[in-house]
Amino acid sequence: MVETGYGKKYRVIVVGAGHAGCEAALAAARMGCATLLLTMNLDAVAQMSCNPAIGGLAKGHLVREIDALGGEMARNIDETGIQFRILNTKKGPAVRASRAQADRQLYRLRMKRVLESERSLDLKQGTVNRLLVEGDRVQGVETREGLVFYGERVILTTGTFMRGLIHVGLNHYPGGRAGEPPSEGISEQLRSLGFRIGRLKTGTPARLDGETIDFTLLQPQYGDDPPNPFSFETRYISRTQAPCHITQTTLETHKIILKNLDRSPLYGGVIEGIGPRYCPSIEDKVIRFPDKESHQIFLEPDGLDSAEIYPSGISTSLPPDVQLAFLRTIPGLERVEIMRPGYAIEYDFVDPIQLTPDLQTKAILGLYHAGQINGTSGYEEAAAQGLLAGMNAALSLKDQEPLIIGRDEGYIGVMIDDLVNHGTEEPYRMFTSRAEYRLLLREDNADQRLTGIGRRAGLVSDTRWESYLSKIEALDRGERILEETRISPSDREHLARLGLGELKNGASLRELLRRPEIGIADLLFLCKEIAEFSTEVRRQLEIGVKYEGYIRRQMEQVDSFRRMEKVSIPPSFDFDDVRGLSAEVREKLKKVRPLTLGQATRISGVTPAATGILAVVLKRG
Amino acid sequence: MRVSGSRAEEVLGRIFRTRRAQWPLDSHHLYHGQIIDVDGNTVDDVLATVMRGPRSYTGETVAEIHCHGGPIVIRRILDLFTDFDIRIARPGEFTLRAFLNGKLDLAQSEAVVDLIRSRSEDARHMALDQMEGKLSRLLRKFRSSLVEILAEVEAWIDFPEDDLEEPDRDRLVIALKTLEGDMVRLLATFDSGRVLREGASVLILGRPNVGKSSIMNLLLGEARAIVTEIPGTTRDLIEENYILDGIPLRLIDCAGVRETEDPVEMAGVSRAREKMLSADLILMVIDGHEGITRDDEAVHEECRGLRFITVANKSDLPPAPLPSPFTAEPLRISARTGEGLEELKRKIGTTFRRGSLESPDTILLCNRRHREALGRAREGTKMAQSALFSGEPPEHAALGIREALQGLGEITGETTPQEVLEQIFSRFCIGK
Repeated sequence: MVETGYGKKYRVIVVGAGHAGCEAALAAARMGCATLLLTMNLDAVAQMSCNPAIGGLAKGHLVREIDALGGEMARNIDETGIQFRILNTKKGPAVRASRAQADRQLYRLRMKRVLESERSLDLKQGTVNRLLVEGDRVQGVETREGLVFYGERVILTTGTFMRGLIHVGLNHYPGGRAGEPPSEGISEQLRSLGFRIGRLKTGTPARLDGETIDFTLLQPQYGDDPPNPFSFETRYISRTQAPCHITQTTLETHKIILKNLDRSPLYGGVIEGIGPRYCPSIEDKVIRFPDKESHQIFLEPDGLDSAEIYPSGISTSLPPDVQLAFLRTIPGLERVEIMRPGYAIEYDFVDPIQLTPDLQTKAILGLYHAGQINGTSGYEEAAAQGLLAGMNAALSLKDQEPLIIGRDEGYIGVMIDDLVNHGTEEPYRMFTSRAEYRLLLREDNADQRLTGIGRRAGLVSDTRWESYLSKIEALDRGERILEETRISPSDREHLARLGLGELKNGASLRELLRRPEIGIADLLFLCKEIAEFSTEVRRQLEIGVKYEGYIRRQMEQVDSFRRMEKVSIPPSFDFDDVRGLSAEVREKLKKVRPLTLGQATRISGVTPAATGILAVVLKRG
Repeated sequence: MRVSGSRAEEVLGRIFRTRRAQWPLDSHHLYHGQIIDVDGNTVDDVLATVMRGPRSYTGETVAEIHCHGGPIVIRRILDLFTDFDIRIARPGEFTLRAFLNGKLDLAQSEAVVDLIRSRSEDARHMALDQMEGKLSRLLRKFRSSLVEILAEVEAWIDFPEDDLEEPDRDRLVIALKTLEGDMVRLLATFDSGRVLREGASVLILGRPNVGKSSIMNLLLGEARAIVTEIPGTTRDLIEENYILDGIPLRLIDCAGVRETEDPVEMAGVSRAREKMLSADLILMVIDGHEGITRDDEAVHEECRGLRFITVANKSDLPPAPLPSPFTAEPLRISARTGEGLEELKRKIGTTFRRGSLESPDTILLCNRRHREALGRAREGTKMAQSALFSGEPPEHAALGIREALQGLGEITGETTPQEVLEQIFSRFCIGK
C-alpha cells in the first residue's frame, strides 16, 4: 500500500469518537495539545448504542466527577436530557444518584458541535487499521486508505468495534454496531505486539415503533419536577420533558423464549465472549430465575421527535421472528412492530492489567487505552476513562506528573485502580459497592473532591473556579456559624418552635442539627446568615453534621490508606532483587508493576508480610 | 513492651503509676513505677519511658515498658493495652511505620528484612495449621453469613430500579444478632485457648514452711526450689514449665504468706499476693499435721472468689483436726513420700479440662491477634445491627458488615469485594 503523509503533525490522536474518545479528545485539546479525533462515521459521534440514558447508581457519581474535572458529559446530558430523576432518595446522600433519559439524536449532535468548535481539535472521518510503532513507542496511525497521521500520543477507544461480530439468532456477521462495519487490523497488530487480547459480549433489545404501542394501558414514570441537572455549572433544565412507561413480561413471554432456546446463539454455543452478569439477556433471566413470573420493562423514549422506543430489560439475541412473538405477549405491546431487531455483539478487548494507572500501556509508550477496549461497559465508565487518558496524554507531553485519582477521591479512581490491578474477565461496570470509602464519595461533593484537580490541569474555567471558591468559603463560614451560634436555655419561644422542651445549658446550632428530627431548614429562622446560603451549601453543612460519625470513621480508614499510597515504587525497581518474597508474590508484582506500596497491597495474593519487606527494601533504594 | 502511635503516651499515663515524677514524663527518661490495672491492682513493678516522636524508632511517640519476664505478666499488660484499644502490631509493623515515617536506619534494614521474613514464615505455618482446622471452618461460616447479608444490603443500595423487594430489616437484624452471639461465644473460648497456647499458671500458695517448694519439686520430679527447714526461704518467685497430660502449666512457687516485719520477706509476700489475681489456679497448701494457724486463715480469706484447691501436706504424719472452712475434703498429700501425688495431678487436670476444654470438638480461639480481629468483626456486626434497627440508611449497615468482614479477613487472609458482587448476581435478577 502506498502511504500518504497528512502533513499536519498532531500531538494527540484519538481513535474512536464514542463517549471515551470525545472526552479524551476534548481534554487533550483544551489542555493545549493539537489533537486529532478520528471516527469511522461522523454521523455516529457520541452515539448511544444501548439505552438512551445517562447516570444511575455509581454511574451518576462518575458523571458528576467527570464534570468536576472539567469533562463534557454532564453538560451534554443537561442540554439534551428529556427526563431527570434522583434515585435512592429514601437512602442516605452517599448512594443517591442522578439518572436522565437523553434525546439520542440531540445528544450526539450537541457533542459533535462541541468537538467542532474546539480550536485545537480536528474531527475527521477515517478508519484506522494500523498503529505506527517504532521500537517501544507509538508514532501515529494509518487509515484504511493508506493515509498516515503522525502523533506523539495515541489514545485507542475502539468500543465494540475491534473484530466486532453481531449475532441475531444463529446468524452472525461482522459489525461494530448495528448497521456499521467492524474495525479490523488493530487487534491483530496489538496481539502481535504481545498484548493479551480477550473477547467479551454484550447485547441490546429490539427497538420498537412507539406508534404501535398502547401506552394507555401502561403506568407512566415521570421525571423529578423540577429536574436536577448533572453539571455543577448548569442552573436549570429548560428542555421539554417526557415520561417512560413501565410494563413487564408474562408467563406466555417466558414460554415462547424457553421453547426457542435452540435458536439462541447464547445457548447454542456460538458465542464465546463473556457477557455482563448485571445486564443479562431476557433468555438468561428466564432460565436463571424460573420462579420469577415476570420481569420489569422500562419503555424509554428515544427522543422528543422520534417514535422509536427502547424497551429496557429485555436484551436478546433470539431470531427476529421469536423476538416479535414474545414482545407481543407483553401488556401494551400486543400489536407492536419492531424497527430494529435486538442483537448480541462480541468484540475484542485488551486486558487492562497491561496498563499503568495513567491508562498508558506498559508495552508501548505513548499508547493509551480507554473505554470498552479496557473491558468496561457503560457510557459513563468509558467517558471517565477517556477524560483521564486525554488528560494524562496531555500532561505527559508537558512533562508533568500523571494524574491518578485515589480510591478515596473518586469512583474514577476506584475503577481505574481495579482495572489495572485486577484486570477484568467480564464487562466491568461501576457499583457503589466497589468503593470502600463510599460514604465520602457522594454526588453532592464531587466538586469538592475534584474541581481543584481539574483546575490545575487547566480544564476548569475562571467563572466556574470562582463560583467553586465562593462555595468553599461559604462552607467554611457555615461550619463556624453552626459551631458558634447558640440557642440559650431561656429562649423558650425558639425552643418551642423547634419542638424542644428545656435545654439545660442551651445548645449550638450544630448540636441541634445532630438531632434526627431537626434539619437545617428548621434552623434558618435562628440565623439569617445560614438562610442566605445556597441550597447546596446548606445541604453540605447538614450532611457534614448528620453523618459526622460515619464520615469520621471513613476518614480514619482513608488516613491509613493514604500513608501507604504515598510511598512510591520507582519504575526501574527490580522485584527479583528483593530477598524474602515468595515466587508467587514476585510474579504477581512483576505482572502488575505497582507504582506505590499501597497499590501493591491491593494486588490479590500479595501478603502483608511481603508488603513489609517491600517497604523496607524500597527505602534502601 | 513497646507501644507506638499518637495514643501511646496517653495510655501509658492510664496504666503506669510512678511516685517521683510529674506528668508529663520527660522524653527519653527511664522511670520506675507500677503497672496498675483498671481496678487499681498492681500488675507488675516496671521501668517505663516515653520517647516523643519524631525522636523514636518509628518516628511516632513510643512508650516502652520494661517488665519482669514470664508470659503471665506480659499477657496481663498486653490485655490492659487491648482494653484501651491499643492493637497488637502486625509482623514487621514497627519497621513498616519507621519506614513510612522516614526513620529507618539504612544499615539495619538488611537485618530487619530477615527478621520479618522469619516471622512471616512462622505466621504462615500457624495460618496453615489454623486454615486446616475447625477454627477456619467456623470463621468461614461467619464470613459466608456476612457476605450473604451484605449481598442483600448492597443489592438494596445499588439496584433501586430492578424491582427487588426491599429486605426485611428485622430479619437482617436477627441474622446479625445470631452471628454476633456465635462470635461472642468464640471470643469467650479465648481464655481456655490461651491456656493451651501460653500455659496455665498454677500458683503454689500458703504460709511459710507448709512445704510449698517440696510440692513443686514433687510435681517437677526434681529439686528446683530450695527446700530448707527455715521458714521463708523462698523469697522470690520461681517459675517452672510443666506439662500435665498435654496441658502446659507454669508452676509458680512463692514466698510463704504471713505477717512479717522483715522488709525482704515482705517484698516476697507482696509479690505472691500480686500473683494470686493473675493465676489460673491456686494450690493453697496447709500443714495437715500442724493444723490451721491465723496465717492460713488469712490466706484462705484472700483466696475467696479465686479458683483454688486446698492441699493438706504431710499426710505421712498424724493428722491434726481441721476447723471450718478447712473441713471440706482437703486433698491429703505427702511431699516426702509422694502419697497423693496422682490425685493432685488428676485434680489439676480436671480443673483445666472443665468447660469449653471438655469436648475434643470444641473450637478454641488461642491467638491473641485472632481475638482482636474477631473482636473488631463483632463490633462491626453490632454496628450494622443498630444501623438497621434504628432505620438508618442501608449503606451504614453495609459499613459495619464490611468492617466485620475485614476483621475476619485478617484472620483467614482473604478480603475480596468481588465476592459480594458474585453473591448479588447469583441471588437476584438484576439488569436491563
